[in-house]
Amino acid sequence: MRESLVGTFTLVRLALRRDRVLLPLWIIAFALMAYSTAAASGDLFPNEQARIEAATTLNSTASMVALFGRIYDPSSLGALAMIKYSAFMTAALAVLMVVITIRHTRQDEETGRLELLSSGRLGRNAPIAAALVISFGASIVLGLVTTAALIGGGLPVAGSLAFGLGWAATGIAFSSVAAVAAQIASSSRSAIGMSVIVIAVTYAFRAVGDLADPGPSVWSWLSPIGWNQQVRAYAGDRWAVLLLPVALGVVLIPVAVALRAHRDLGTGLRQDRPGPAGWNRAGVWGLAVRLQERVFLAWAVAVVVFGVLIGSLAGTVSDFLTSPNAQELIQKLGGASALTDAFLAAEIAIMGTLVAVYGVSAANHLRSEEAAGHTEVVLATSTTRTMWATSHYAAALIGVALLLLLTGVSVGVGAAVALHDSSQIARVTVAALAQIPAAWVVTSVVLLIFGWLPRLTYAAWGFLVAFIALGEFGVLWNAPQWLMDLSPFQHTPLLPVGTSGITPVVWLVVVSVVVGGIGYLGWRHRDLTS
Amino acid sequence: MDNVLEMSGVVKRFGSFAALDGLDLTVARGEVHGFLGPNGSGKTTTLRLALGMLRSNGGSMRVLGLDPWRDAAKVHRQLAYVPGDVSLWPNLTGGQVIDLLGRLQGGQDRTRRDALLEIFDLDPTKKARSYSKGNRQKVALIAALATDAEFFLLDEPTSGLDPLKEEAFRECVRQLRDDGRTVLLSSHILSEAEALSDRVSIIRDGKVVESGRLSELRHLTRTSITADVTTVPDGLDRIPGVHDVVVQGNRVSVQVEPVGLAPLMEAVTAAGLESLTSQPPTLEELFLRHYGAPAESSPDAGSQPSEGR
Ligand SMILES: Nc1ncnc2c1ncn2[C@@H]1O[C@H](COP(=O)(O)OP(=O)(O)O)[C@@H](O)[C@H]1O
Ligand SMILES: [Mg+2]
Repeated sequence: MRESLVGTFTLVRLALRRDRVLLPLWIIAFALMAYSTAAASGDLFPNEQARIEAATTLNSTASMVALFGRIYDPSSLGALAMIKYSAFMTAALAVLMVVITIRHTRQDEETGRLELLSSGRLGRNAPIAAALVISFGASIVLGLVTTAALIGGGLPVAGSLAFGLGWAATGIAFSSVAAVAAQIASSSRSAIGMSVIVIAVTYAFRAVGDLADPGPSVWSWLSPIGWNQQVRAYAGDRWAVLLLPVALGVVLIPVAVALRAHRDLGTGLRQDRPGPAGWNRAGVWGLAVRLQERVFLAWAVAVVVFGVLIGSLAGTVSDFLTSPNAQELIQKLGGASALTDAFLAAEIAIMGTLVAVYGVSAANHLRSEEAAGHTEVVLATSTTRTMWATSHYAAALIGVALLLLLTGVSVGVGAAVALHDSSQIARVTVAALAQIPAAWVVTSVVLLIFGWLPRLTYAAWGFLVAFIALGEFGVLWNAPQWLMDLSPFQHTPLLPVGTSGITPVVWLVVVSVVVGGIGYLGWRHRDLTS
Repeated sequence: MDNVLEMSGVVKRFGSFAALDGLDLTVARGEVHGFLGPNGSGKTTTLRLALGMLRSNGGSMRVLGLDPWRDAAKVHRQLAYVPGDVSLWPNLTGGQVIDLLGRLQGGQDRTRRDALLEIFDLDPTKKARSYSKGNRQKVALIAALATDAEFFLLDEPTSGLDPLKEEAFRECVRQLRDDGRTVLLSSHILSEAEALSDRVSIIRDGKVVESGRLSELRHLTRTSITADVTTVPDGLDRIPGVHDVVVQGNRVSVQVEPVGLAPLMEAVTAAGLESLTSQPPTLEELFLRHYGAPAESSPDAGSQPSEGR
């Protein structure tokens, strides 16, 4: 056993060095979001009556319960404030831990990094051990930093600790799931895919369990994400439940180790099936589409499911605010339909920023293809630089547009059903299409950086995160207007609320063309860089 | 226009480090040109410049009569390139990659493609991620050889192939020459370049230090020979072209230029030859002797800057 762990420490050190920027950034991002939400919650729900009203409405709205879960203490500010974080952001955290675990196991095998190290003294289980040390460590640090952030945001200490430890334990559970998937899947990508499917399925399990009457039923208890909710931070703080995800880790680690003994470095237990012996698509375009289509399809499914769910909430929005004051405000705003519109506009804006995430990840193929050396192979043929870059850039832009079209239609259909008003489909779709240019601007930033500073292409993620943060928390932070104005999302008309003109949309398109164009200039004048 | 490739005084700097420092290289139409140099001497950099993937910092360059930077696509239509470290899309099969590259190139001979798959014994239905370095190299080689290119740029194409496939590869190169194609073949193995090339250029620290027909460069190379004899003959070191004679008991070791081979053989045969081993000249020895520096001389030879991902 000890023999098989030789070199773990070296690997941990190397991994920490490699992740020294990204890991802290992610941890800070999660903690900042938690802090901002906690800090804002006091103003949103100033008294117990407001809290109980909101919580009761949430608990009695099926699609809300399906999406986020239940609030187990309607009078608790923390439980209400953190409702979106107990399941939804927990799933995001699980994805992060999965990616970290796979990155330091199978992905390292694929890049040959481990092979290089294995020629030195390296035990068979050292990579698994090192990856889990990193992801467990990251989970725990993230949990504790979040606890501190929540306390700093004004929430009770005990509940904040329960919440942070819940995240830590969930991170541990899904890291272990990923460690097993890493042994089975035929590639690092499919290992991530398998783990994400586990996350999605267990998310659905808890949705079913939470919807049961009386909830939560056994389905919630079959899901690590359900466990995290059943810790009931700020609503009873059931510490013992924290043992469940940890126990899952304890069970899965030996499984991963046992499976590892049955496979070779670089291959999974599941072997690749033979593929087609020929290529029957178009040239560069076929390639660009081939490289993006699977991720695109996953996004398309997610966008449609969430879109319909969110759209179907439209009918219940005005029920949330039942206090006389709120009702009065609603009347001032123009009645319940205005409130529904505001809700739809807000949700579509969120979907717009999410789709921008797709745009950035798709456009990042520019860099990942170049860094992997694939671009060198393509450019040695009669394919021009411009054509090659355009294939990936355009595929990303078109993907963004299609996803937002799907968003609009599915939110629109959901809203149309909920409000018994088929005219919603068209107006909500227009609202979603208005989000396209802002997402295009962010996507074009990838090309811009890629053209001039290829090794820093990933910094486009930083821009995206900064833009999103400015939109979410800019007001809260009292950010100056000029800073807020830097974010393209700030200029997207909030449809279907207003009737704001087409001008800002046109400007955003112009900006993305200019930004992308400058990127092209750099790309056409620089060396290919590995 | 007789020269397919003409480079003169080409400079390529990475930061302050000059990877190519006034490089002159000409490849004539129809020849197989060996491009020899130790790791890190600048072979790959030269090829990438000739493909317009890197931009030169000075000097002049013509490939197939065109500027490879400005007219890259036009140049590429008539050439085929096999990179030194072939990297393929892990999710595509070898067959898919070969066809894709053929299509990007604008045409591929299907019969030749299938014949090459046979010759190199490559399973085209396997995903590229399961291929070894040698198999990835085969994919790039087959894709290149199945095109109708005028000019083939091959960067250390045999470094991952087993000896059997290496021979198959050599046969393919001879075939190309018989068809009147031009080949630039980079290598750090002297014997490989020797086996295939009409002319060779030797690059060291970003400069071409020798260039010419192999027969002209013969004087640069020495074979090392070890022979066991019944009685050690006198005067071996007086034979022209024989150097570094070392005698240990009945065993004689010498370094010999091509001109000294025949007289040396006569002498040792007369001395009662019992066993004989010979080692072909290596590039490393040649460098050590003629340029007074070991082959691995340039800074961080062979190590590419890596990037955290
Ligand atoms: N992109 C690059 N950035 C910095 N240095 C480089 C780069 N590419 C090559 N070099 C350096 O240039 C020199 C020549 O490299 P290369 O042409 O790959 O040599 P060879 O192919 O003969 O082994 C080496 O010292 C190498 O480290
Ligand atoms: Mg090289």
